Amino acid sequence: MSEPRPQRVRVTGPPRYSTGPRNRIGDVHEQTPLGDVFLRSLLKEQLTLAIRVLVLIGLTLGLLPLVFHLWPDLAEIELLGLPVAWVGLGAVVYPFLLLVGWRYVRSVERNERDFADLVAGSEDRES
Amino acid sequence: MSGDAVPGLIAVLAVTVATLAIGTWGLRFSRTTSDFFVASRSVNPRLNASAICGEYLSAASFLGVAGLLLVGGAQMLWYPVGWTAGYLVLLVLVAAPLRRSGAYTLPDFAEARLGSRVVRSACSLLVVGVGWLYLLPQFQGAGLTLESAIGAPRWVGPLIVGSVVLVNVMSGGMRSITFVQAFQYWLKLTALLVPAMVLLVVWVGDGRPAGSGAGDSWSVPVAGGGAIGLYGTYSLMIALFLGTMGLPHVVVRFYTNPDGRAARRTTLVVLALLGLFYLWPPVFAALGRVYGGDLVAKGNADVLVLELPRLMVDGVGGELLTGLVTAGAFAAFLSTASGLAIAVSGVLTQDVTSRFVGERGPAGTPGSIAPAFRLAAVLAVSVPVLVALFATNVGVAQSVGLAFAVAASTFCPLLMLGIWWRGLTDAGALAGLAAGGIGAGGAAVLNVVGVQGSGWVGALILQPAAWSVPVAFATMVLVSLATASRAPLHARRFLVRLHTPEVLEVGG
Repeated sequence: MSEPRPQRVRVTGPPRYSTGPRNRIGDVHEQTPLGDVFLRSLLKEQLTLAIRVLVLIGLTLGLLPLVFHLWPDLAEIELLGLPVAWVGLGAVVYPFLLLVGWRYVRSVERNERDFADLVAGSEDRES
Repeated sequence: MSGDAVPGLIAVLAVTVATLAIGTWGLRFSRTTSDFFVASRSVNPRLNASAICGEYLSAASFLGVAGLLLVGGAQMLWYPVGWTAGYLVLLVLVAAPLRRSGAYTLPDFAEARLGSRVVRSACSLLVVGVGWLYLLPQFQGAGLTLESAIGAPRWVGPLIVGSVVLVNVMSGGMRSITFVQAFQYWLKLTALLVPAMVLLVVWVGDGRPAGSGAGDSWSVPVAGGGAIGLYGTYSLMIALFLGTMGLPHVVVRFYTNPDGRAARRTTLVVLALLGLFYLWPPVFAALGRVYGGDLVAKGNADVLVLELPRLMVDGVGGELLTGLVTAGAFAAFLSTASGLAIAVSGVLTQDVTSRFVGERGPAGTPGSIAPAFRLAAVLAVSVPVLVALFATNVGVAQSVGLAFAVAASTFCPLLMLGIWWRGLTDAGALAGLAAGGIGAGGAAVLNVVGVQGSGWVGALILQPAAWSVPVAFATMVLVSLATASRAPLHARRFLVRLHTPEVLEVGG
């Protein structure tokens, strides 16, 4: 008498593979402790990346005025017949900023993929 | 004047007619308010980046930078560098989350994040303030350009540009057509690049004469005057690096990206396009040192870009190049002023004029808010035009620098803390906006009305960002901590939405 019941469930319900990932993204959305951990880790990683870029800019561009303030003679150095500050801040700085931005985008997208994998679990149908 | 005026006049007319024509034509594509949103969400990163640059590269970039470099030397290179690096800061801190927030304007973002109408109103007030501060130099620059190009009195430029922008904005034309602004970028780049190349060839043909003038400090990338100069340079850098993310017309454009990922890619392309553009103003400045000594003596360095072709090339060639740079300068005024006027009018409509002018026509169409929007547009444009007619000329790039300082002291902390810190409260945001807005905004007003201090007081007023930005951040954080119980309940959910990659989006 107890046997038909499980069979009934199997026949009427369509297979729902997505319950796993839904539960976990649900965790993030519904502020469970687990979701909290997920979000905290993503936030921390993204913020670390951002701060790393800002520190890099601070230590390169950010130090230039101080360096030239302390050693004004540096300004007389010439590159390609032009004062070094003009070459650096007039031209070289733009490819540099673009390169930093490009590498940041690559890292941040990798972070997001990792996060997606973590939350969605390792189910093959996602990939 | 008569002979000199012809190419400039033709260029100004051509750009004006083209802008108005395309604006009217674009009206067909923006029948409903939602049309505008849906159409723009599918804009691809390259086109969108061109449009951002078209709107962003204002008279300050097109005319102001070369003039500043000519007079001030390498220390002024921080202007173009800061305007570009601002996008890198925007990229790493706010680009993708801001797009995912779904907010269309800064007040929208503030209200969605903090759930407070009061903070929303404060943001609206600031958008209008920053917008006006940024519009002012556009109109002043227009006066300079027409004076230089066709010998018109200085009040003609603000009136003409103001009217064209007003017609454009009121017809709703510029609203939908991203590609007009994209076109403006390429026009401005061409108008700077081609003359720069030709003039370089002329310079080489002349036997590469060396420049004379400003002297040793010309190659030093930090302001003179000891500690005060160092403070000024760093303060300027802070304003420009952090202010970009708070410019109302830039934020609007980020919503036109399909998703957060595209927002990042758009920003990357913007970095490339701005870099490509800013290579050329230094060329004009360096050549100006050789050929344009008179301009510095006359205190008229802002028109260097416009005058140099005529000084270096005689006859038809010089006239053609003059026409080209005049067209570029005019495109710069029109596109930036239109973008800003739209951003300011939009906010004024939502928060001010729609309360006084009743809705007409069926809801959800432009007709329903059209009267309020038109009134807002008139306000948005006429106030800075009037100020431009009567205020002292602060200098195009200087005035734009002040707008950046205000944005960096108000919207930058709001966006950064709103996106990355759960603990931000409405009271904290309001206190921080007030502190930064009053600090940097007060300094800006003092500058515009012509108050000048000397020594440290003067430096602190001229470049407020280095003190007003930390004050705003500290106020926002401390007041938020003191009122922690007011932190909105949905803050965590909101942050989840800002930082969750789109691949994971589930329904609602």
